[in-house]
Amino acid sequence: MTAHNSAVPSAGQPAGPAPGELRLIVRDQPLSLAEHIDQYGPLPAGKHGSATLIAEVERSGLTGRGGGAFPAGRKIRAVAEASTRTRSIRAVGASAARGSVAKASVIVANGSESEPVSSKDRVLLSHAPHLVLDGIAVCASAVGAARAYLCVGHGAAPIAQFLTGAVAERNRAGLDTVPVEVIGVAGGYLAGQENALISALNGNAPLPTFVPPRPAERGAHRRPTLVLNVETLAHIALIARFGSHWFRTAGTPGAPGSALVTVAGAVDRPGVREIPLGTALGEVLQRSGMSQPAQAVLTGGYFGTWLPLPAALAVPVSHEGMRAAGAALGPGVLAVLPEAACGLAETARIASFLAAESAGQCGPCRNGLPALADALNLIAFGRPGPDIVGWVQQLAGLVTGRGACHLPDGTAGLANSALTVFAADVRAHLTAGPCTRAGGPPILPVRARGAS
Amino acid sequence: MRADRAGGTRHQQPLPEPRLQVNPIACDARGLCIELLPELISADSWGYPIIRPGPVPLHLQPLARRAVAACPTLALMLTTPPG
Repeated sequence: MTAHNSAVPSAGQPAGPAPGELRLIVRDQPLSLAEHIDQYGPLPAGKHGSATLIAEVERSGLTGRGGGAFPAGRKIRAVAEASTRTRSIRAVGASAARGSVAKASVIVANGSESEPVSSKDRVLLSHAPHLVLDGIAVCASAVGAARAYLCVGHGAAPIAQFLTGAVAERNRAGLDTVPVEVIGVAGGYLAGQENALISALNGNAPLPTFVPPRPAERGAHRRPTLVLNVETLAHIALIARFGSHWFRTAGTPGAPGSALVTVAGAVDRPGVREIPLGTALGEVLQRSGMSQPAQAVLTGGYFGTWLPLPAALAVPVSHEGMRAAGAALGPGVLAVLPEAACGLAETARIASFLAAESAGQCGPCRNGLPALADALNLIAFGRPGPDIVGWVQQLAGLVTGRGACHLPDGTAGLANSALTVFAADVRAHLTAGPCTRAGGPPILPVRARGAS
Repeated sequence: MRADRAGGTRHQQPLPEPRLQVNPIACDARGLCIELLPELISADSWGYPIIRPGPVPLHLQPLARRAVAACPTLALMLTTPPG
């Protein structure tokens, strides 16, 4: 099991998990600190100095796994640079007086996962907490952070407790130089948004804010702040050990590495799985068991895009592959819609959910999203006039790009893709009224998540 | 030799062109900007401003500055992209 890293070569890096082997979640139970070190080896001491680590993450091509797919190396570099600037000014913080290096920045590990269908961050945190905590430690030393927050979602009290235990285990072993605080983030769909998270850490309402300033410049406690998804941090922990070349042995040149995806909806074995990026959608769905006929898959979560089946089975599951198909991988949600369901009804319910989750801070979103949801509900369940499709498209265009966060853009994208993928259903609903499938039970959950 | 002062030209790089931007959280749809700069700003169905994309043309920049100054919620901004 650990043969690949039991003997560390004297020169070069130890070998990481071989191609085809799982990287992040290797066992169906939580790994203790000892088991974790047995599995992956210790973090290389001193090797994750700022310049080396950042360059290695940049070479790896790792992109953020929280949804935005922003290059992780560039994000770390921006915070490291902002942090250096802050340091040279020596303007803030008691820590500036502490010693030779004033550690000015803050790490925020985002595991809040407010996307209702996604569970990959919770599964990762509950199985491989020390990979995430390693990633925090490595990044903290790369950007000169003085403290770190590990944020978990609403209703995740057991996970928060478990993670606090993992942090204590590391403290007893003297592993982490930077204190890590586990925080339970209360709030709805938007609470996990980067700026909302920082707003909450600063003692304000957990709502999106207007940028600039970006978190890299001024975030938590007004310090340069590195916000990374917990899965991104876990990959960084492995890159720090095994290098960027190893990282690229999975995935494609344009979409290197592996990723966790949540497969939901009409499959026999829904749940989280790790896939090499670029795996065909059909293969991912087959592995989850597709015994019932399916008509479409919602990619990227409720902010996402419908893709038609079977046409989309060959689409590579990666950010670039999805983008080429007019969709987005987002945080890795793949929700399968069975033949027996109505895509318009599902879309209308999700749009109502998103409209209700609007923070109501921005006029176009506060007014536009309920109007958009009403129009979609009219198509799904009512008797609309023939101009309803044009009205949906007009509203979608009207709200796009006009909020402080991307909630209006995401809702508009979902609505537009529904009109395209379920175009035949739209015509049928307009001529004959709601289909019988529209009255069936929802496939995709739209209520706020409980503790599950 | 001295720089040519008579020409009055300081050969710098062209200034980055300013753009209008709305802070959508601060905006309260008071509509003054729409009145003051109809060339670049129109109202959506709910009275919130829609900004024409792209840089503000030179001849409209004084009017744009006036619209920015008139915004009662300080939501309208004239920003210059870095670089």
